[in-house]
This record gives sequence, structure tokens and C-alpha cells, in this order.
Amino acid sequence: MKKAGIIMILGSLLLLGLFKFPLWNIMLGAPQYPEPLGMNIYIEGIKGVQEFDLQNIDGLNHYIGMKTIPKAEDMWEFSVFPKVIIAMVILGVVIGLLGYLKKVSYKYFLGWFLLMSVLGILGMYDFNNWLIDYGSNLDPHAIIKVTNPDGTPMSYKPPLLGFQKLLNFDVTSLPHIGGYLMFVGMSLTLVAFGLGRKTSLKKTTQ
Amino acid sequence: MKKILKSTFAIVALFAALTSCNNSGKSSNSGALSSNNAEKVYIAPGEHDSHYAFISGGYSGNLTVYGLPSGRMFKEIPVFSQFPTNGYGYSEETKPMLETSFGFVPWDDSHHPDISQTKGKLDGRWVFINGNNTPRIARISLTTFETEEIIEVPNSAGNHSSSFITENTEYVVAGTRFSVPIPQSDMSIKDYKGNFKGALSFISVDPEHGHMDIKFQVLMPGFNYDLSHPGRGKSHGWFFFTTYNTEEANSLLEVNASQNDKDFIAAINWKKIEEYVNNGGGKMMPASYAHNIYNDDTHTATSTLKKEVRVVNPSDVPGAVYLIPTPKSPHGCDVDPSGEYIVGNGKLSANLTVHSFTKMLDAIKNEKFAGEAYGIPILNFEDVLAGSVEQPGLGPLHTEFDGKGNAYTTFFISSEVVKWKLGTWEVIDRKPTYYSVGHLTIPGGNSAEPFGKYMFAMNKITKDRYLPTGPEMEHSAQLYDISGDKMELLLDFPTHGEPHYAAAIPAEIIKNNSRKIFKLSENQHPHKALSDADTKVVRDGKNVHVYMTMIRSHFSPDNIEGIKVGDNVFFHITNLEQDFDVPHGFAMIGARNAELLIAPGQTKTLTWKPERVGVWPFYCTDFCSALHQEMQGYVRVSPASSNIELAWSLGE
Repeated sequence: MKKAGIIMILGSLLLLGLFKFPLWNIMLGAPQYPEPLGMNIYIEGIKGVQEFDLQNIDGLNHYIGMKTIPKAEDMWEFSVFPKVIIAMVILGVVIGLLGYLKKVSYKYFLGWFLLMSVLGILGMYDFNNWLIDYGSNLDPHAIIKVTNPDGTPMSYKPPLLGFQKLLNFDVTSLPHIGGYLMFVGMSLTLVAFGLGRKTSLKKTTQ
Repeated sequence: MKKILKSTFAIVALFAALTSCNNSGKSSNSGALSSNNAEKVYIAPGEHDSHYAFISGGYSGNLTVYGLPSGRMFKEIPVFSQFPTNGYGYSEETKPMLETSFGFVPWDDSHHPDISQTKGKLDGRWVFINGNNTPRIARISLTTFETEEIIEVPNSAGNHSSSFITENTEYVVAGTRFSVPIPQSDMSIKDYKGNFKGALSFISVDPEHGHMDIKFQVLMPGFNYDLSHPGRGKSHGWFFFTTYNTEEANSLLEVNASQNDKDFIAAINWKKIEEYVNNGGGKMMPASYAHNIYNDDTHTATSTLKKEVRVVNPSDVPGAVYLIPTPKSPHGCDVDPSGEYIVGNGKLSANLTVHSFTKMLDAIKNEKFAGEAYGIPILNFEDVLAGSVEQPGLGPLHTEFDGKGNAYTTFFISSEVVKWKLGTWEVIDRKPTYYSVGHLTIPGGNSAEPFGKYMFAMNKITKDRYLPTGPEMEHSAQLYDISGDKMELLLDFPTHGEPHYAAAIPAEIIKNNSRKIFKLSENQHPHKALSDADTKVVRDGKNVHVYMTMIRSHFSPDNIEGIKVGDNVFFHITNLEQDFDVPHGFAMIGARNAELLIAPGQTKTLTWKPERVGVWPFYCTDFCSALHQEMQGYVRVSPASSNIELAWSLGE
């Protein structure tokens, strides 16, 4: 159980990577952009991959009437997400520590994982809602209006995960270092749960 | 038996046919070779060349940028000439670059580019080039690929033995071709001999920002100073100049300056003179010369007229200057990578003369002088001679080095490049050029560490090399592979203007330093507008200042009223883009200058003097975006007497 507790603590601490590294990354390449433009999505806001990428994405998007990329202060998510992550880290470390000291059951590790998963899915759902709004809530006076074959206005929603072609742009959306660290961290808490379960089962059979 | 004989005969006949086929197949062999050569210069679409070549534009006054081995031209950098393509020399910001003591001189004859060096190696920070006609030296940045500085050279005339730099870029050196009265005076041309002087200028280069300053001028006898090169390695601290017209003729030089069997290479110990000057030696003389500096933050050039220059009389500094007899009006003066050999390319000589730096020092030490000229000791030809290349060709002009112990000399009259070995002086190979080669370039061929893979010859005569284009043609250049024993002709490509000489460098030394944009946050132009809120139109008497911005795909403002006939309208336009390769252009109907091409983050100014009442359009000239054609606007011009107030707007 000692080992499981340590892994639980480590796994939770990996979430701190989200304060240093982007959670997600969206790259936009086009014939005119052999070096693609890109945005890194941090839990505290959106930044360009290169210094002027956000400005240049906004500049191009004005033709199709998309809103500018929100500043950190324009979205409640960017103030709430960091607090949630910090809370989860503290919770995870505390559970891990108590587990280490054998004060709580390994089942708490699973509890933390499930809570984090629910929060993560909610976060993704919220992020996807923003992408939908960003890609389809267009200025009616847009310079270029493109419609689908059925006559409805084309949506420029970037994919939540994976690749999509949007007009001349190839858009790729993937987790970034912070996101991967979070996934590894969450997986470690599952490992901690498994390990905790094994040691406690061993004890009962003895 | 008969059958056997018959079939044997048939086989022999077939064999003979095959063999003869092989013999006649020699041309098809060379065909296979040349397709191999095609591969050597083929750069697949989207791939990059391995070397940059900075080829002077000669009488275009500019510098062109090429790629090797493809021979593709990437850019023309305006230096000494107005360039309507981007407004250089027309915009208010760049007009000061072409100011001289003679006033605004919008043209020159650019000859010898040389890339800055550190410890004898190309460092790729700047390229320097001389203006021949109205003596000037320019410094071009290899991060912006723009001319950053031009300094005029007083007391000089025909700035030809220039612009060569010392091994740590301590100095860029500018020698005069013509000797002239110093100071200038109203005197008979016939009094040339003994009265005219030749100024050799040592221009210091600030190691940090490259700014140039004339440290001193050596006032030499009235010869013509043709070309020069710095010593390097063991001969660092010396500079060598070829001379012709040591006869000091003032007319019909083609005959009168070709009489002496030997002219001189002047060897100048600049370190000694520098020390003399640092101790207060030499004297300041009145002069007038312009010093023009372009600033990347203000995007503006300033021109200052300097009023004096320090001159040094060589006979006042014993041991600083010597004359080395060199046969027959030597042209090129080239120093090998080790600094030991000084090649004097005697253009009317049958042999190529090579001097030894070590022998020169010995002769000086032992004071073995053949005489003196105007107080300058003359050394004995034989004492200094390292060797000569016997009968290598006709009309030797210039030599470069591959860093592997070989030298390559151009021969104008026999139209060829000859490869020979330093030390043994044996000719190894010769290859024709098309036609009448002047300079040749090996990347780093004028440094301690040449990159001996390619060599290219720049020719003076084109004739039938390309599809005919009338009496006037671009010049031709040929690229050779020099990595093997024999030179191999790879490519023939046209060059722009009169490609006099070139400096080349491996691409990796500079390509990653190339700038993509100018940051708006660093823009310090006094008339910049960084947003719509900054745009305005301000009247100051007859002068009207328009603070305008441009971004895909509009100008702000794009409707301007209240301009009157007789006004001077200054369009100060800032390109708000911060994206790579999104310049915008600006053209105004009837503007009697040029367009502006404005890079992202830059501010430039075009002056327009409206002469007619009406509503006059302007537009973006650089196809910037899908809505480029919509990027346009109007200026209303009213009679001089009208009372219409200034008004400006966008999207109203």
C-alpha cells in the first residue's frame, strides 16, 4: 500500500504540468502557410505557437466572419480550470498520503480517478461547445460566405481531436505535453488503485 | 566449314559494328555526363540551394542574390541606385541613403562585394560593396538583406580597389583608381605627373553594429590603384594594392600607361600606420563627404556631411609602405589562404607572377632596395618573387583559391579559367568560359578558409549564349564543380546588370538569421500609426501629413478630402501585418516618383504633389490577399482657394 500511495501522489502531481505546458494544440497549415499557424490551449488561456500566430489567425478569420480568439479574461473557464486542477492535485496528494499511512482504502484512488474523469469529460464537453460557437457563430456581414451543398452556412469548427480540412486550411487538433502528462498522471492513479487492491487482496488471503 | 566461316565473318562484322558504335558513341557518353551534371545543379521544387552568391550588379548599382548550384536569382538589393520596385531612393525614409557631397546621386557602378570575416573566416554578418563612380562604400545587412549604411570616400576618384576587408573586419579598404589633385584644385591636366595623388582609405568597422568611419587615408604617388586584398594569417596587418600607369600618363593611357615593363604592387603595413595615427600621426584635412545610416527601428535613414578626414603621407611613416615591381599593369591582387603568396595578375604579361610575403619581409629586413619612388622604397623583383606560372594563358585578371593548395586564374583574352598549383606553379587544368571572363568566385575564396566545391566565372561578353534579346543583353556566368582534379562545367546562367564580382558563402551560415518581419512594437518611426485610432490627416501649411495603416485588405483611412492643388501630401503608411511575406504596396495616380513596397511592421512615406482638381485613386500594388483588388481608396483634390476641411474615413 506504501508503493500505491506514492504512485497516487506522483500521478496527481503530474497534473501540475498543465500550468507549464499546453493541454491541447491546434495547428493550421495551408498552401500559403508551409510553416503552419498554431494555437496552444493552456488551462489559463490560449497562446500562439509563434509570437504572432493568434493575431494572424484572427486576421485571416475576419474574412469568414469568425470572432477573434478569446483572451483569458473573456472566458470563465480560464479562471475556473486552474482552480479545479489545483484542488484535484491537493485532493490526490492527500488521498495518496493517507493511503501511504494506511488511513484510507485504495478505493479512494479509484474515486479520485472517476471524479477526475467526470471533470475531464465535462471540460472536453465545454471545450467542444466553445469550438462549435467559435466555428459557426459567424458575423452575418462576413466578406466570404461559404455554404454547404444544402444551403446552410459552412461551419469552421476545428476538430476536437484529429484532422479536418477547413477551406484551404488543414487543421490538426491533438493533446499537447500538459494533456499527455495529465493522461499519464490519471493512468498512474489507476495503477495505484490496482496495486492497492492487489496488496489488500494478498493480505486477506494470507 | 563455309558456314562456320560465314558466321564467324558475321560475328566479326557485328563486333566491328558494335565497336564503331561505341566509338561514335563518345558524344552520347558526354551526353550521359551532362545529364549527370544536370543532377548536380538540379534543386528540386521547394528544396534550397547550398550556397548564397552575392553578385554585384555593376552598372545597375545594386547587388543581386543568387543560389548555388542552381543559378537562380532570389533578390535584387538596391544599394547605390534608386529602385522603383520598392521605392528605395524615392521614399522619404530612403532618399538620404543616396545623398553625397555632390548632392543626391541616384546611381553608381557597384563592383566588389566582400563578406565580413572573423579570424579570417566568413562570419556572414554583412556584405560590403563599393560604388565606383561617386566613391562610396556600402554595408548591407545579412539579416534584413537591406543596405544599412553608405559612406562617401573623399579624395578618391573611381573607387575601384575596394571594398575588401581585413581578417577581423577591422577595416573595409577603399583605394582610388584615378589619381587626382588633393585637395582638388583648378590646374592643368598636363601637370598630372608629380602633382596628382592616389588616396587609399582605411575605413574602420564597428565590431558591434558595423558602423563605418574613415580612420585614415594614405596619400600615395599618382598611380592608378587597380585592385587590392588584405594579408591574412602571417601577413595579417598588411594590405596589397596593384597599380598601373606608374608612368603617370594623363592621356591615351592604353598606350602611355603600358610602357613600363613593370608596375608595382604596393604593400602597406596598415597596423604600423594605425599605430602612427593612434599616436596622433597624420593630419586632419578639410573634406566633404556624406555618411548615411539607415535605422531598422525608425525605418529611416539619416545623412550627415562630414567635414574633415585624416590623411597620412607614406614617407612620414618609415617602414609602412613598399613597392614590389610586378610585370605589366597587374590587375587582380590576390592573397592565398595562408597569407604567404601574393598573386599579381599582370594583364599584359605572358606569365603569372607570384610574390612571397616571407621573402618580402626578408628583403625589407636586409634593406635590399632597388630605389625609391616619392620616398617609398622599391624592392627588387627577384628578391620577392616566389615563382611564376609560365605561359598559362592570355590576359590574366583574377585569382581565387580552393583551400586545397590550388589557385584558379581567369584569362580575359583566351577566355578561360586555369587551375594551377601553389608552390610548384604547374598548370593542372584549363576550361573555357563564355566569353571573356572577368572575375571568378569560390565561396570563401578570399578568406583563410575557402569552401572549394564550386567556382563560377563572370563573363563580360554574352553573344550567343542565350536566346537573343536585341543588342543589349545580360551577362553570362558559368558554374564549375571544382571538387575533383579537373574542373567540370555544370551550368550557364545569366546575371543582372554587369556582374562584376561576387562573394559567396555556405547557406547555413546566414539563412537562419534572415528576418521575416519587423515588429510593430519596435517601430519608432515618428509618423507611424499602429492602429485605426492613430490614423489621421494633419495640415501644416502646404504640407499635409497622412498617417495611414494597411492590413489585409484595406487602407485606413481610404477616403480623404480637403487636399488642395499645390499641397505636398506625405503618405506615412504603416503595414500592420506581423505575418511573414505579407508586404503591401502603395501607388498614387500621378505621383512623380515611384511606388512604396512596405514590409510587415514597417512605415514608409511617399510624397505626392496633386496638380489637378478631382478625385484621385490609390491602391495596393502587391497582390496581398484574395481581396487585394478591393484594397484601394480615393483622395479628393479641391482648388487651392477652396475651404473644404480635412476629413478622412474608413467604412462610412
